[in-house]
Amino acid sequence: MSTADTKPTSVQDSPQKHEAIVHAQPSTASKVSTFLSTYVFSKDHKVIGLQFLFSTLLWFLIGGLLALAVRWQVAWPWSDVPVVGKLFAQQGGQMAPEFYTMLFTMHATVMIFLVIIPILAGAFGNFLIPLMIGADDMAFPTLNMLSYWFMWPAFIAFGASFFVEGGAASSGWTSYPTLSTNVNSSPGAGWGQTLWLIGLTFVGVSSMLGSVNYMTTIILMRAPGMTMFRLPMTIWSMFITAILQAFALPVLTAAGFMQLADRSLGTGFFTPEGNIVNNAVATAGGGQPLLWQHLFWFYSHPAVYIMILPAMGMVSDILTCFARKPLFGYRPMVYSVAGIAGLGFIVWGHHMFMSGMNPALGVTFMVSTMMIALPSAVKTFNWLGTIWGGKIQFTTSMLFALSFVSMFIIGGLSGIFMAATPVDIFIHDTYFIVAHFHYVLFAGTAMGVWAAIYFWFPKMFGRTMNEFWGKVHFFLTFIFLNGTFFTMHILGAVGFPRRLADAYHYETFHHLQPLNAFMTYCAMGMVATQIIFAVNFFWSMFYGPIAGRNPWNSNTLEWTAPSPPGHGNFDFQPIVHRGPYEYSVPGIESDHLMQTDPPNSAATAAAAAAH
Amino acid sequence: MKRFAGLFWSLLFLAVPILGVITFAVAPAYDIWLPKDVSEHGAAVDGLFYFILWLTGAVFIVTEVALFWFIWKYDANNKKAEVQYRHGNHALEVVWTIIPAAVLLFLAIYQMNTWADVKMRRPNMAPTVEVIGRQFEWRLRYPGRDGVLGTPDDLHLVNDLHLPIDEDILIQLKSMDVLHSFFLPNVRIKQDAVPGMKIPVWFKAREEGVFDIVCAELCGWGHYKMKGRVTFESRERFEEWLEIKYQEQEATQESGTKT
Repeated sequence: MSTADTKPTSVQDSPQKHEAIVHAQPSTASKVSTFLSTYVFSKDHKVIGLQFLFSTLLWFLIGGLLALAVRWQVAWPWSDVPVVGKLFAQQGGQMAPEFYTMLFTMHATVMIFLVIIPILAGAFGNFLIPLMIGADDMAFPTLNMLSYWFMWPAFIAFGASFFVEGGAASSGWTSYPTLSTNVNSSPGAGWGQTLWLIGLTFVGVSSMLGSVNYMTTIILMRAPGMTMFRLPMTIWSMFITAILQAFALPVLTAAGFMQLADRSLGTGFFTPEGNIVNNAVATAGGGQPLLWQHLFWFYSHPAVYIMILPAMGMVSDILTCFARKPLFGYRPMVYSVAGIAGLGFIVWGHHMFMSGMNPALGVTFMVSTMMIALPSAVKTFNWLGTIWGGKIQFTTSMLFALSFVSMFIIGGLSGIFMAATPVDIFIHDTYFIVAHFHYVLFAGTAMGVWAAIYFWFPKMFGRTMNEFWGKVHFFLTFIFLNGTFFTMHILGAVGFPRRLADAYHYETFHHLQPLNAFMTYCAMGMVATQIIFAVNFFWSMFYGPIAGRNPWNSNTLEWTAPSPPGHGNFDFQPIVHRGPYEYSVPGIESDHLMQTDPPNSAATAAAAAAH
Repeated sequence: MKRFAGLFWSLLFLAVPILGVITFAVAPAYDIWLPKDVSEHGAAVDGLFYFILWLTGAVFIVTEVALFWFIWKYDANNKKAEVQYRHGNHALEVVWTIIPAAVLLFLAIYQMNTWADVKMRRPNMAPTVEVIGRQFEWRLRYPGRDGVLGTPDDLHLVNDLHLPIDEDILIQLKSMDVLHSFFLPNVRIKQDAVPGMKIPVWFKAREEGVFDIVCAELCGWGHYKMKGRVTFESRERFEEWLEIKYQEQEATQESGTKT
C-alpha cells in the first residue's frame, strides 16, 4: 500500500517537485540494465501499454491466420491447403478433422484471451488511464509490470500447445466437459487441454492485477478538479470493465482449477458417474457437466462486456472530437455502461438455453437478456445524437468510429434473435450466432480498436499515421468484413451448424458451399488488407509527420502532455476546470475548450444555458 | 475533392442497410433460408423468427439511414451552420429508454408460450424411443413388444430413426460419453444430450418424409460426421418397419447364440 499512499499526494505537489520526479530517472546504472528497466521490465504505464499493444497485435495476426485456415476448410473441405499445407504434413497437405477442431478452438482462444481482452484493458487501459485522469503513473507500477509479464507464461502455454503430442486444445474455446475433461475424448484433450487451462489461469492473473490497479488509480489518482463526472467515457468504461473483471474472474479461475483437478487428480466435479468415452474405463465421476457451463459463462458473459465496453468508451470520445460537438447524454451514457455491467451478471444462462438446464430458468434469463439490450440501445441513440448537428471531419479514426456504430447496430439487433428462447431453438450453435459475435467483436471491438490506434498513435509515438492509406485500410476492411460476416446470418437461417469440418454431406446444407467460398474469399481479402495497416503503422512510427501535443484539437488531459509523454507524463500539473466534451462552445474563439483551460466566463454562461 | 469525400463515405454507410436488406430479400430465392418445416410447433417458432426479423429489420433500416443522413448532412466541408452546442436532451433520453424497454419486455413475454409448449409442457406418456449420443453416432432404442424401455426385448438401432406422424412423440435423450446436440432442422428441435442426464424431447410431425439428424454440439474430431436420418411415416408403415427391424434383430441374435 505504500505506493498508493505516496502517489496520490505526489500528483498534488508543486510543479517544481513534479519536474524533479520526472527527471529523477537518469541513473548511473549500466546501459544494459537501463535498457532492461526502460523497455523490458518497465514500470512506466505507457511502455507497458505499448508492450501489450505489440504483443496483442502479433497474436492478432496469428489468430487471423488461424481463422483463414478455418475458413479454407469450411469453403473447400478436404482440399489441399495452399502454401502452408505441407507444414501440417497430414495426408499430403489436406487438413485432418481433429486439426480443424483445434484450429477453431485456438482461433477463438487467441482472439479472446490474447487479443481482445488484453488489447483493450492492457494496451489502451494502461496507456490512457493515467494520461486521461492527469496522473503521473498507475497506483501500483510494479503490479502493472507484473500484469504484462504474467501474460508471457500464457503466451508460452498457448503457443507451445500447438507442438505437443495430440496438438493444442480442441474442445472449443468454451472447453465443455466431458470432451475437455476426459483425456480419451479427442487428441487435443491431452497435454493441449492442460496447457490451455494453465494459459487461461495466467491470463486471469494478469487481468486481475490490471483490474485492481485500474480501479485504485481511477479512484485515488485523479488530477485536482477531475471529479468522477468529468471523466471521459473511455475512463468510465475502463473503470467499469475493471470492476467486472475483479468480480467475475475468480469464478473462472476456480472453475479452471476444478477442471485441471478433474483431468489430473481424478476428481469428478464435471464428470458424471460411469462416463465411458471412446471405450475407455468408466469414470468414478459423480459430478455434473452443466456445472462447468454455469461457472464458465458466469465469467464469460460479463467478459463479453469486458470485450466491448472499453471500445464503446473510446468510440464515444473519438465521435465527439471529430463531430466537434459535446457528447449527447453524458450521464445516460455512464448509467447505461453501469447498467450493462450490473445486468451482465444475470444473463449468463442465455448461453445454455439448449443445454438441458431447467427450461423454466430459460424464461428468467430471456427476460434479463432482453433487458440488457436496452442500455446498448440507449448508447446507440446517444451516438447518433452526438453526430447530429455536428461538423464531421472524415479522419480515418472517425471513419472507424462511425463504422463501429453502424456495425454495432447489426450485432446488437441480431442478439435479440438468440435472446428469444423459441427462436434460439433453431439458430443456437448455427452460423447465426457466429455472425452475431463477429459483428460485436470484430466489426465492433476491432473497428473500435483501429479507431483508437489511429486516434492515439500520435500520443504513443509523437507522429501521425498516414491518412490516405489509413482510409484505404478502412474502406477495404469495411467491405470485406461485411462480405465475410453479413452472409453468415442467412447461413444461420438455414441452420448451418458451426464447428463442422464438412457439412455438405447433409441434405439440408449441401448447396451452401458456393456461399461459403465467397465468404472465404472475403476473409482472405480482409487479412491481406491488414498488410496496409502494418506497413502504415511501422512506417509512420519512424517517418510519419510530427504530431505535436494536440493534433486533433481534442479536449482531454492526455493532449496537454508532450507527444510522446516522458516518464511521469505531464510537464506541468494539470488542473481540471470542466468536463471533457466542451466542443464548439458559443461565444469563444476556439472550437474546443480543453479540460485544463482556465475558467472562461463566456463558456460558463454557455454551458449553463445549454443545460 | 474534399467536397465529395463526405458524400462518398456517407454513401458507403448507406450501402449497409441497402445491401443488408437485399441479402435477406434474395436469400430465400436461392434456398438459403429456413428449411422446410414438418412439425406442429415449427410454425410458431418460425412466426416468432419473422416477427423479430421485421421488428429488428425496421430498427436496422431507421438507425442506419439516420446514421447515413447525419454523416451526409453534417459533413464539415459542406456545412455552413454552427455546431449545435448541446449536451443532451432529458425528454429524448426518457422516450428512447421507455419505448425500447416496453418493446423488449413485450418481446420476452410474447415468446414464453411457445417456449413452454416446446420445452416445458411435456406430454404425459411413455417414451416413444430413447436416443443416445455416442462419438460419433446416434444410438436408438425402441421399447420393443412390451412397450417398456430397458427390457430384454428392446430394439437397438443406429442413426436410422423412424417415427409416426400426427401423434405425440416423446424422445428420451441421453449421452454415453460427451456432449452432443440432437438437432432436427426440419422439426425446429434442438436439445443438448448431456452425460448423466435423461432429457425429454417432444414434438409432433405433420408430414411424411426423410430428414437430417445433425449433431449441433462439438463432440470431438468426428463431430461433422455424426449424422443420422429421421423418417416420418404413417402409423401403419411405422409399425411394419418396426416389425421388420425386430425380426432382423431376433435373427441376428439367434444366429449369434448358435455360433
